[in-house]
Amino acid sequence: MPTDKAEYTAPDSGAKTAAAAQKFETEHLEMSMGPSHPSTHGVLRLNLELDGEIVKMCDPVLGYLHRGDEKIAENMTYNQFVPYTDRLDYLAPLANNAAYAMAVEKLANLEVPERCQAIRVLTTELARISAHLLGLGAYSMDVGALTVFMITFTEREKLYKLFEDLTGARFTTSYTRIGGVTRDMPDGWMDRVLTFCEEFLPLLDDVEALLARNRIWFDRTADVGVISKEDAVSYGLTGPNLRGSGVDVDLRRDAPYSGYENYEFEVPLGEKGDCYDRYAVRMEEMRQSVRIVRQAIDKMPEGPFYAEEATKIFAPNKGKILTSMEELIQNFMITTEGPDMPAGEVYFEAENPKGALGFYIVSKGGGVPYRLKIRGPSFNNLSILEKVCVGGMVSDIPAILGSLDFVMGECDR
Amino acid sequence: MLAHDLKSALQEVCPQLQERETLDWPAFNCPIASLFVVVKTLRDNHDFDGLMDATAIDNGTEASPRFTVVYHLFSSKNHNYLRIAADCHDDESPSAPTLCPLFKSANWMERETYDLFGIRYEDHPDLRRILMWDEYPYHPLRKEFPLAGFEEELWDSEIAAETGTKVKPAPMAGGPFVARQSTFEGDREPIAKDESWNEANEKPE
Repeated sequence: MPTDKAEYTAPDSGAKTAAAAQKFETEHLEMSMGPSHPSTHGVLRLNLELDGEIVKMCDPVLGYLHRGDEKIAENMTYNQFVPYTDRLDYLAPLANNAAYAMAVEKLANLEVPERCQAIRVLTTELARISAHLLGLGAYSMDVGALTVFMITFTEREKLYKLFEDLTGARFTTSYTRIGGVTRDMPDGWMDRVLTFCEEFLPLLDDVEALLARNRIWFDRTADVGVISKEDAVSYGLTGPNLRGSGVDVDLRRDAPYSGYENYEFEVPLGEKGDCYDRYAVRMEEMRQSVRIVRQAIDKMPEGPFYAEEATKIFAPNKGKILTSMEELIQNFMITTEGPDMPAGEVYFEAENPKGALGFYIVSKGGGVPYRLKIRGPSFNNLSILEKVCVGGMVSDIPAILGSLDFVMGECDR
Repeated sequence: MLAHDLKSALQEVCPQLQERETLDWPAFNCPIASLFVVVKTLRDNHDFDGLMDATAIDNGTEASPRFTVVYHLFSSKNHNYLRIAADCHDDESPSAPTLCPLFKSANWMERETYDLFGIRYEDHPDLRRILMWDEYPYHPLRKEFPLAGFEEELWDSEIAAETGTKVKPAPMAGGPFVARQSTFEGDREPIAKDESWNEANEKPE
């Protein structure tokens, strides 16, 4: 990591500004960046006020992707909402599915079997790798390094093939149900995951070789978009963006869920909190995810993949539904009325690729939530734009946006 | 710190503080007038340095107090959460004190709550809508607001005049299939709310 690098200034910028100030009255320019802009990765609009190339004010405009997920959740059973969680952070649907299921299981005070927990850890970490691969590819493409995008997308494609084999869908996986997962892993699937890990790590080194000592990458990211520790905490940043600023919080380690306490992994931290640090943190997180994936496969417990005793929450085995009256009734009740939930309130946050995805569930009993609030990490991660963009150049904005690695699906919900 | 230690510590700044029913983290009900000072005490003396989530609950159109604001605080030192809830006084035009001076993250989350529930945050520096557009007249997460939404004028009058389009309620045929808590057998099956398009009626053009 460079420490002796001088602060970047455009050539002769000081002299030019001074000359311009003598002759002309400068005027601030209002510019709208987005909602359809390649570097806004979705539909984010930034209302900018510019003084030449310098950003004087940045006002993000959200809501272009607002679908009212929280309102929809109040009108359907807990299991019906699982497909909607795919569309929150649509780059890591497996992680969202698991986070949502764990939040509702916390409400039901339901302990899922060890195998189910391990499968969720495994899929969450694979989703993390795939989300970081896309984030990194798009980030590097925005600042001019196109080759990285080609490599990461090829790897991501392999992961999607694995997801398809596991869940039947590439993107919208809807893999979890309240109390378990939809199906067990197919035969030989774990071996294919291990093969992927084997091939993936050398390619990650290639990507690092393309970026880590690349002068252009340095100039575009080092000392750009610096977020201090205090700001990162106060703005509610989570995930790699928070750790990039050097704040040592990782919910997987600090508030373990789904058996994360059984895995060994490091939590990478940044030093300065600039765009380069956030890139470096993500890079290392992928390696740690591979480490967790290998441990999960190594220690994969045998047993059921759903909570068999929770007959009022998880629909029974399909074969039994068609042959046994009791199971048929049980399936009918869970499908129509929803899983049987106690009244009460829970708040659960899971460490997702983009940060802490939180679900606050208010239940009055029965199968439908009274209120379900989704805390999308990207929402908070973007709120810092008003601070971090100001004072920088317009050309820094794609680097900052790329390094924050946001997804509008969970920001606008 | 255990919940009852925290409670006695907080009751020094706010004697009316009550424990709130919860299934996970410690939770407290506090009068809305002392919300700010309670959260400030939590932040300064009890290491709760992050405001992770700020939202509200609509307790129903008939209920009073109707709106409850809920905050989730996180301590990055002790890695635990805390829930603080406060009932808003006025059911017609609810308001709550802003937490923006304490946490920068409160800014956007309070804007969102204002947008979706219509709770005004006093002294908020920038209380605009954030998810819906500025001219939108409703607050969608209130319980009386229908799932499909209302028909509404387009926000840009120029485009509206030229194209004659309006903001239309979402089509409910084909889903989302809604389930309601009900004791009546016939209501139990998840059904689409809109009956304009089903087996008996043709799909409208």
